[in-house]
Amino acid sequence: MGIQQTFYEAMREHGITRRSFLKFCSLTAAGLGLGPEFAGTIAHALETKPRTPVIWLHGLECTCCSESFIRSGHPLAADVILSMISLDYDDTLMAAAGHQAEEILEQTIEKYDGNFILACEGNPPLNEDGMYCIQAGKPYVEKLRRMADHCKAIIAWGSCASWGCVQAAHPNPTRATPIHKVITDKPVIKVPGCPPIAEVMTGVITYMLTFDRFPELDRQGRPKMFYGQRLHDKCYRRPHFDAGQFVERFDDEGARKGYCLYKMGCKGPTTYNACSTVEWNGGLSWPVKSGHGCLGCAEDNFWDRGSFYSSVTNLNVPGGVELTANQVGGVLAGAAAVGVAAHAAASVISHSVDSNKGGKQS
Amino acid sequence: MKINVASGPHDPANQKAVYVFEAPVRLWHWLHTFSFLVLAVTGYLIANPLPSLAGEASDHFLMGNIRLIHFIAAYVFAIGFAVRIYWALMGNRYAREIFYLPFWKIEWWKGLFHEVLFYLFLRRMQDKTLGHNPLAQAAMFFLNTLMTFFMIGTGFALYGEGLGSGSWADQMFGWIIPLMGGSEAVHNWHNMGMWVMITFVVIHIYMAVRADIIGRESSVSTIIGGWRMFKDDQP
Repeated sequence: MGIQQTFYEAMREHGITRRSFLKFCSLTAAGLGLGPEFAGTIAHALETKPRTPVIWLHGLECTCCSESFIRSGHPLAADVILSMISLDYDDTLMAAAGHQAEEILEQTIEKYDGNFILACEGNPPLNEDGMYCIQAGKPYVEKLRRMADHCKAIIAWGSCASWGCVQAAHPNPTRATPIHKVITDKPVIKVPGCPPIAEVMTGVITYMLTFDRFPELDRQGRPKMFYGQRLHDKCYRRPHFDAGQFVERFDDEGARKGYCLYKMGCKGPTTYNACSTVEWNGGLSWPVKSGHGCLGCAEDNFWDRGSFYSSVTNLNVPGGVELTANQVGGVLAGAAAVGVAAHAAASVISHSVDSNKGGKQS
Repeated sequence: MKINVASGPHDPANQKAVYVFEAPVRLWHWLHTFSFLVLAVTGYLIANPLPSLAGEASDHFLMGNIRLIHFIAAYVFAIGFAVRIYWALMGNRYAREIFYLPFWKIEWWKGLFHEVLFYLFLRRMQDKTLGHNPLAQAAMFFLNTLMTFFMIGTGFALYGEGLGSGSWADQMFGWIIPLMGGSEAVHNWHNMGMWVMITFVVIHIYMAVRADIIGRESSVSTIIGGWRMFKDDQP
């Protein structure tokens, strides 16, 4: 693990042929939306640059990000990327364990201080001084802070690291907190999704290793190239939405014909991700293609927004009121109508009483 | 025809009619009303679509048209409101009433209290006002003016999602989406805003019609013709 070794050399060591390497470079350039001429740029960068180590930490999570990552549709991508990162530290994938494994972290800080990328899967719980997630005898948040102090940049893998996800759902007993709220002095790129798409993950990490910077980010810190549009904007069922053709029940004619799943609660219109274009498992399928609406897993707080099967979901008023705008609004407008009718009746009585008295009002 | 013009609400000699709402205010009122009506109906149908249509997708564009009408009405609603803001600066004092509350004036609070008691049937006599009474002004400010700002802001933020990142709507209003916790939350609060405005409309129409029938001053005809007329000569 010489400091001068390039990515390309590391890959060749792992038995990846030059042909496969170039294929990977073209695929990644296309995936990043960079155009064919950038395949050469990527190849050149990977051939000449010293390998940037990646430390992959796991906090409170379900490992679905890792599962997605190692099943990258193009088997090559996973091989290539894993040869870049598994050499260093990933407590799920690496062979080392115990003290041996933890030593790697200290060695990395020593050798690559300020030069390694910290990839965080999952998030730290902050309640009870972080005792809800203990690694090597210490709260995970301490390990995260120590590594973050010495890293160059942070990738927040998945919805856990980006937003908080399920473990941060109301009432969030462990106070699971997304990375950007714990580490505020380092650049953080969010790659949300539960899990994120494998090609998105490899694309982001390759971009960073190749160009030494983050891809262009949106307001919320997500790479625009993959999170710039909603699923709905590129959905192959969109023509049915525009036509007004909806699945009304999962066993109706519309479901068989592949109509729009909006009425079944599809969150495509409110979810930013690349599922409708990149798809999953090497372009095999994705939720809408398999006939079920999107759950919106790449969006902040998706777990607490109410039904996955309704187009109008909860307002999320502080205090945990689980009501939709139509429920609250219907009652509000209804109450106004009843109140107005009652007030009108009272006004008629009051007015006629006044008139009978020859009263003050004309 | 000679019309006696009052110098203020307590000018018993000449208080037959006062020109209160200028033409731009009246025009805006009705543009606002009808664009809101269209927005509410189409908006409800966007959140809760009509029953599914059969046949080929290429034969229909129902949802697309509903959204198109919603967006056109939204432009009318927003541009009308922008012109109305301009008129608040250029028009008479009554044109400014819905944009601020004179909470620093003790009389205003007394007037508000009086109106509340009046509508609870605890006071027999309503104060005469030329523009809006304090209660009406407060309702107008919170439930119409602020809600209109809210609906235009959230509406164009959502519109910007469709236009795409970097579009004018995204640049000007896109920041609202993360502020409110994401696209889904903005959709839901935009929907809630519609219900608040519908509630306002119900009460507003009732109050206006009521004032015309048993109140001391004209109301519905004032927002059509602009003249406030009084039915009695008492202060």
